[in-house]
Amino acid sequence: MSIEVRGVNKSFGAFKALDNISLDFPDGELVALLGPSGCGKTTLLRVIAGLERADSGQVLLDGEDATDRDVRQRQVGFVFQHYALFKHMTVFENIAFGLRVRPRRTRPSEKDIRAKVSRLLDLVQLGWVADRFPTQLSGGQRQRIALARALAVEPRVLLLDEPFGALDAKVRKELRRWLRQLHDELHISSIFVTHDQEEALEVSDKVILINKGRVEQFGTPWQIYNEPASAFAYGFIGAVNEFRGRVEGDFVRVGDDLLSLAGAKFQNGQDVVAFVRPHETEIVPDIGGGHGITAKVHRILGNGPVTRVELVANGESRKGETDFFEVEIPGTQLASLGIATGQRVKLTSRRISIFDQQNGNERP
Amino acid sequence: MSAVAKALSPHAGGASRFERNAATRDAGIVKFLVLSLGLIFFAIFLLMPLVAVFLEAFRKGAATYFAALVEPDALSAIKLTLIAAAIAVPLNLVFGVSAAWAVAKFNFPGKQFLITLIDLPFSVSPVVAGLIYVLVFGLQGWFGAWLSAHDIKIVFAVPAIVLATVFVTFPFIARELIPLMQAQGRDEEEAAISLGASGLQTFFRVTIPNVKWALLYGVILCNARAMGEFGAVSVVSGHIRGETNTMPLHVEILYNEYQFAAAFAVASLLALLALVTLALKTYVEWRISHPATKEAV
Repeated sequence: MSIEVRGVNKSFGAFKALDNISLDFPDGELVALLGPSGCGKTTLLRVIAGLERADSGQVLLDGEDATDRDVRQRQVGFVFQHYALFKHMTVFENIAFGLRVRPRRTRPSEKDIRAKVSRLLDLVQLGWVADRFPTQLSGGQRQRIALARALAVEPRVLLLDEPFGALDAKVRKELRRWLRQLHDELHISSIFVTHDQEEALEVSDKVILINKGRVEQFGTPWQIYNEPASAFAYGFIGAVNEFRGRVEGDFVRVGDDLLSLAGAKFQNGQDVVAFVRPHETEIVPDIGGGHGITAKVHRILGNGPVTRVELVANGESRKGETDFFEVEIPGTQLASLGIATGQRVKLTSRRISIFDQQNGNERP
Repeated sequence: MSAVAKALSPHAGGASRFERNAATRDAGIVKFLVLSLGLIFFAIFLLMPLVAVFLEAFRKGAATYFAALVEPDALSAIKLTLIAAAIAVPLNLVFGVSAAWAVAKFNFPGKQFLITLIDLPFSVSPVVAGLIYVLVFGLQGWFGAWLSAHDIKIVFAVPAIVLATVFVTFPFIARELIPLMQAQGRDEEEAAISLGASGLQTFFRVTIPNVKWALLYGVILCNARAMGEFGAVSVVSGHIRGETNTMPLHVEILYNEYQFAAAFAVASLLALLALVTLALKTYVEWRISHPATKEAV
């Protein structure tokens, strides 16, 4: 089922959680709502579910206006971060709950309920825990039961609020893969909220990046990682080196150093911020000529295929803190580069993304 | 009042670990001193009076004891106490659950004020509570003239006793439920409605089962206080024998008339009630702190 939100606003007191958000979620895909904590992503999910009412704007399910429809009538399956399983019921009763509370006319028979619950338990590969209580299950098992419970009412949309947030790293990884498989089997339109970029990029078909109640970028995981649309997107996804400076002709002046604008058009004297990914940053041991950012090698880490070089910015930096840069080079290149701790080098790159410091928009 | 919250806290089993750990264990003499001080206090101030009540009650033999209990005035006092409790406890049950539900699950202006107000009966002297009802419903009170014109008796009659009892036992159930329901949050209720449950279904199938032990705990304490209340009831009752005397008032009258054996006999009933309450309370506390032991098969 398609989900669309149009011009949704939501404030909690003076805090604007959602700022005029319009989105069209593709049918049958697994979409990640990604953003830092407090960015409004959970609020957006709850507005779509009908657990929260937007101050203004519309929610359309299958093209129909569902804005005034109750969560009960929206036929959404909602999975909570902390599972919200009914502690006093067995796993079986938890999953059967949505069927048992139906009005008598539409309630399935006891036999049908049993059959359906055991089918769902098989689907989440937990048939053997039917008679247990939620407190006797591990976190990963609880979340799978919560998912089975949400699926029992045959929702048209599946909404997951930080589904793996409360789990430890190993279980999280397993469950991610499992959720992806499950989605490929069921093809139910799903949205899940996460603050973990790795999780969003790995599991989803599309990622919606949200910051301060606004959509920063909507795209495939590849686009989000390789073509960040704004300064925020660049800083939030993956490790990145950041250089702040002022435009001088074809260069950006960062302290005493110059960085090539690489063809980007900015006005003279404009304050800009430049981003370079660690694996696209180059170290030039010769600090004599050419442009680049001067830095001092602080530590050389890792003996595997990739070596990480940590560098300290030259001179003082903003806010009295030291700026660190990170460069990733293939381990085999380290020797030919011939750098040592404490050595002063220059950093350049052929792939620099430059944004206006004020509004964070790229000006090509 | 936060026994439930305490029982649910993850550090409930902390004492034994503290004790086993040589690094944090106190010297034996300290343990001995603290323990014996506590036990001596307990014996003098709690155990001795309790034993004394029963000893005094049976001083003139079992026959006198039972005679004092089946005497018409005593029976009427017992009956009135039971009536007052039977009305006050269900009323406070309804009020307590709805107040706790409102405070824990919704946000509204004046919420903090409501929580403070619920505590009022704890902070005000029971005598004042009784006087409030005399001033409002008494002959010289606000509604006194109207009430007597319509031949409705409230003060110095059963209604005022019930009202006073409701007032003093007001906070017990609400105070027990509010912290628990606040700690549990709204997640399970939201899960229930997202699965299509109606408000009533959510309340009876999810909310109430989640707080049932705390609720029972509150009911037990509320009942104990309702049956034992003296101050407020004393002010509004008028002490009419066989009519408006509750058990605590009856004990006082008998005592003032030097019928010690009879006074202690009725008092022993109240003490017995207290013991039963304690036993129930301990059991419920145990159930709260071991929620899975029986349910988990």
